[in-house]
Amino acid sequence: MSDLIDIRLTVNGVAHEGRAEPRRLLVDFLREDLGLTGTHAGCEHGICGACTVLFNGEAARSCIMLAVQANGAEIRTIEGLTEDGRLHPLQEAFHREHGLQCGFCTPGMLIAALDFLRVNPSPSEEEIREAMSAVICRCTGYRNIVRAVASAAQKMQVKP
Amino acid sequence: MKPAKFAYHAPSSLDEAVSLLQRYAGEARVLAGGQSLIPMMNFRIAAPAALVDLNRMPDLDYIRQEGGVVRIGAMTRQRKLEFSPVIAERLPLLRDAIKLVGHLPTRSRGTIGGSLAHADPAAELPMMLQVLEGEVVARGPAGERVIKAGEFFRSLLTTALTAEEILIEVRFPAMPAGARYAVEEFARRHGDFAICAVAAVLQCDGNRCTKARLATGGTGPVPLRLEAAEAVLEQKGLSEAAVEEAAEAAARAVEPMADQNGSAEFRRHLSRVLTGRVLRKAIEEKSR
Repeated sequence: MSDLIDIRLTVNGVAHEGRAEPRRLLVDFLREDLGLTGTHAGCEHGICGACTVLFNGEAARSCIMLAVQANGAEIRTIEGLTEDGRLHPLQEAFHREHGLQCGFCTPGMLIAALDFLRVNPSPSEEEIREAMSAVICRCTGYRNIVRAVASAAQKMQVKP
Repeated sequence: MKPAKFAYHAPSSLDEAVSLLQRYAGEARVLAGGQSLIPMMNFRIAAPAALVDLNRMPDLDYIRQEGGVVRIGAMTRQRKLEFSPVIAERLPLLRDAIKLVGHLPTRSRGTIGGSLAHADPAAELPMMLQVLEGEVVARGPAGERVIKAGEFFRSLLTTALTAEEILIEVRFPAMPAGARYAVEEFARRHGDFAICAVAAVLQCDGNRCTKARLATGGTGPVPLRLEAAEAVLEQKGLSEAAVEEAAEAAARAVEPMADQNGSAEFRRHLSRVLTGRVLRKAIEEKSR
């Protein structure tokens, strides 16, 4: 009834193959089958956002997607944010503005922010607050997260 | 927090999908965006024998304007509605409401058809089907049928769809030019399900209201049209006194339930306050 299904997908530009039961969640497939543990499994029911990845270019919660749904998909995780060993402007901004404390939500924060700044490159503070409510942080109180996203937005606009 | 075992099918035609639903005789669930179904399966509130995944189905993802009707494929992502020029122009109330549906990462996956078929009474899209007087097209073993908003929502998480039917299209009459509209909701966090939500569309002639449509979510087992409040506005116009009276009528019409988010009385209070707020906003922002 639950035979293993072949899954071929691209993660951070690298082709991967695996086999999984239909009930395997995408987050568990990434973490346990592919060993990409940067994506965190928090609430496991689509509320906290720690597991957010880019699925075919759009942010999505990987704890409420099945691995089989990712067959043929292009995924980007937190491990794929750096380029040539250099931190992404969002990572630099979270570092500079101290936009994290325990860091558990940070992978989700960064991926959600990346997608948000793509659809809204120069957001107001209110828009940033609304967008970042997609990911739950229990440490920071969000002040520095909002500041980091605003700072990254400015830097990313300057960048070609 | 992991789903129980199930068989997985990703059909490439509607005929195949319907025959799978027939074969499983009520034990299969249709997977659209999965933003409600998969969490329920993770909690094992739902443990279907099989999933029929519509995500590999071509031709259920479209937004088309034909005459005065906007037709939306059931698998159209909420995110696509949010940025669609057709929706912004012909159904601006829907565009405003979409921003209240979850968050950008859930709207990337969540679909209009899935949200309607799931029929959470606190969700925004079921309320939109009511206030915009939409209808859905269902495809089953006997072919297609059209179900109007007023006949679609039966009870908590229950619609007029049978276990062998798939919601394939949503239709809305385009909002008339010059219509005034607004949506307001109260939730603990932006993007959460509404504790109470109210939406309105008003057609006006000076200070007269020729047609009023109001609906609410979060205040009962199904999203509700507020017909008594509509009648007040259509009879008495858009004065502050009429708005107050309509808000009272809304509070009387709802049948709220109590849960951890608030008492029934709190929700009734919110229906009164939000109805007033929505109407004042719609009336003031007539020139949008």
